[in-house]
Amino acid sequence: MVDFGGWDMPVQYSGIIDEHNAVRNAVGLFDVSHMGEIEVRGPEAGKLTDFVTTNNVSKLKTGQAHYSGLLYEHGGFVDDILVHKVADDHYFLCVNASNQDKDFEHIRSLNRFDAQVENNGDQYAQLAIQGPKARATLQKLTPVDLSAIKYYWFTDGEVSGTPARIAHTGYTGEDGFEIYVPPAEAVRMWNLVMDAGAEFGIKPAGLGARNTLRLEAKMALYGHEIDASISPLEAGLDWIVKLDKGEFVGREALLKQKQNGLTRGLVGFEMRGRGIGRDGYEVYLDGAPAGWVTSGSPSPTLNKNIGLCYLPLDQAQIGKTIQIMIRNQPVDAVTVETPFYKRAK
Amino acid sequence: MYPENFRYTKEHEWVLVEGDTGTIGITDHAQEELGDIVYVDLPRAGAQIEQGKSLGSVESVKAVSDVYSPVSGEVLEANALLADSPEKLNEDPHGVAWLVKVKLSSPAEAANLMTAAEYQTYIGAEK
Repeated sequence: MVDFGGWDMPVQYSGIIDEHNAVRNAVGLFDVSHMGEIEVRGPEAGKLTDFVTTNNVSKLKTGQAHYSGLLYEHGGFVDDILVHKVADDHYFLCVNASNQDKDFEHIRSLNRFDAQVENNGDQYAQLAIQGPKARATLQKLTPVDLSAIKYYWFTDGEVSGTPARIAHTGYTGEDGFEIYVPPAEAVRMWNLVMDAGAEFGIKPAGLGARNTLRLEAKMALYGHEIDASISPLEAGLDWIVKLDKGEFVGREALLKQKQNGLTRGLVGFEMRGRGIGRDGYEVYLDGAPAGWVTSGSPSPTLNKNIGLCYLPLDQAQIGKTIQIMIRNQPVDAVTVETPFYKRAK
Repeated sequence: MYPENFRYTKEHEWVLVEGDTGTIGITDHAQEELGDIVYVDLPRAGAQIEQGKSLGSVESVKAVSDVYSPVSGEVLEANALLADSPEKLNEDPHGVAWLVKVKLSSPAEAANLMTAAEYQTYIGAEK
């Protein structure tokens, strides 16, 4: 067990590779109750949510969710979050555990609207059921027709008689669901899902597999690909930035960044030499330091050592040979297309 | 689980002393904490290693860890098996997946390491 933002969390159960493969090939169950939940309510809940995030909240329909950025005025990330529209006057934000209090204070400090902001992390436990057999597993436990929930939509229903928010979302690059339930029901839910998935070979999965799965799918992790010093444009997250939606926090800085031209970009690499380029390792181009690795790991699906790094934008192209300093030794890697893994639809 | 004839370090290495030769490895507890092991970096024959100093590293999916030598001496042989099959360290850390054999420079050094019983108490208390 490791301490993760104050939560005691398992890095692994049966082993990262085993758990990773279970999610890619069958189904895995993650306890992600550490994730924070912030709720915004009131007549202008939508306006506040739109003002503090980069994606276009007014485009969300009730029952729909999207990935978004919570930015500082200077354009760096406070956090990356999921915004769920529960009703016109109720938005449900799923945020990173270690950022929850910071996010809450940030949003509240910007609230000049007719809306209330609630820090509700302790009211929800969250389980992620992920993998090609996730739907078949969860369907056994709920009367809600899961096939009717489109990707990045959600329904408030029940799982085995317990009220649950059932979202067709995930952080693995695989099909799957994330359910939000009352904490008192979390252990019972965990056991029910494990039993329901037994016929498919379900495995409990920890933080280690969560990291290798999301990295293969090139999903950003706060503190690695993104943080207060990185803008969504640099992180390749232009698709969650809607500059023409109207005023929002960070917009001016992003416009300026766009005008002046970006200086760095995030690019994927595969190791050619022996070794793993890990988080924080320096990247060299033609013998000179040029960037840094944000995440790196063996990829259990591809059987290669992969990673992501920041490079000067004019160098952040595919097919470039770079060197990663691994314990003071330069080791060759080559930049590649991302995501490293994309599931067959 | 933990052989009685080995001696153990706080950093989870073991050594088996036979005459003036030592065989060094990492413990079952260590491999379990590390998880799936993907690389093992070991010194070449002839290298000098020193008690308490890093002799190489073991890398798992999640992290790289130094291996600290339980004894001092000259490396006689590094386990060639681990170059191609690092996963053996997860399967048999006290047996086929030993790391290096050493010609001991001071065989008495091992006496200041933990016995199997002491080590088991130690890892029990660490949790």
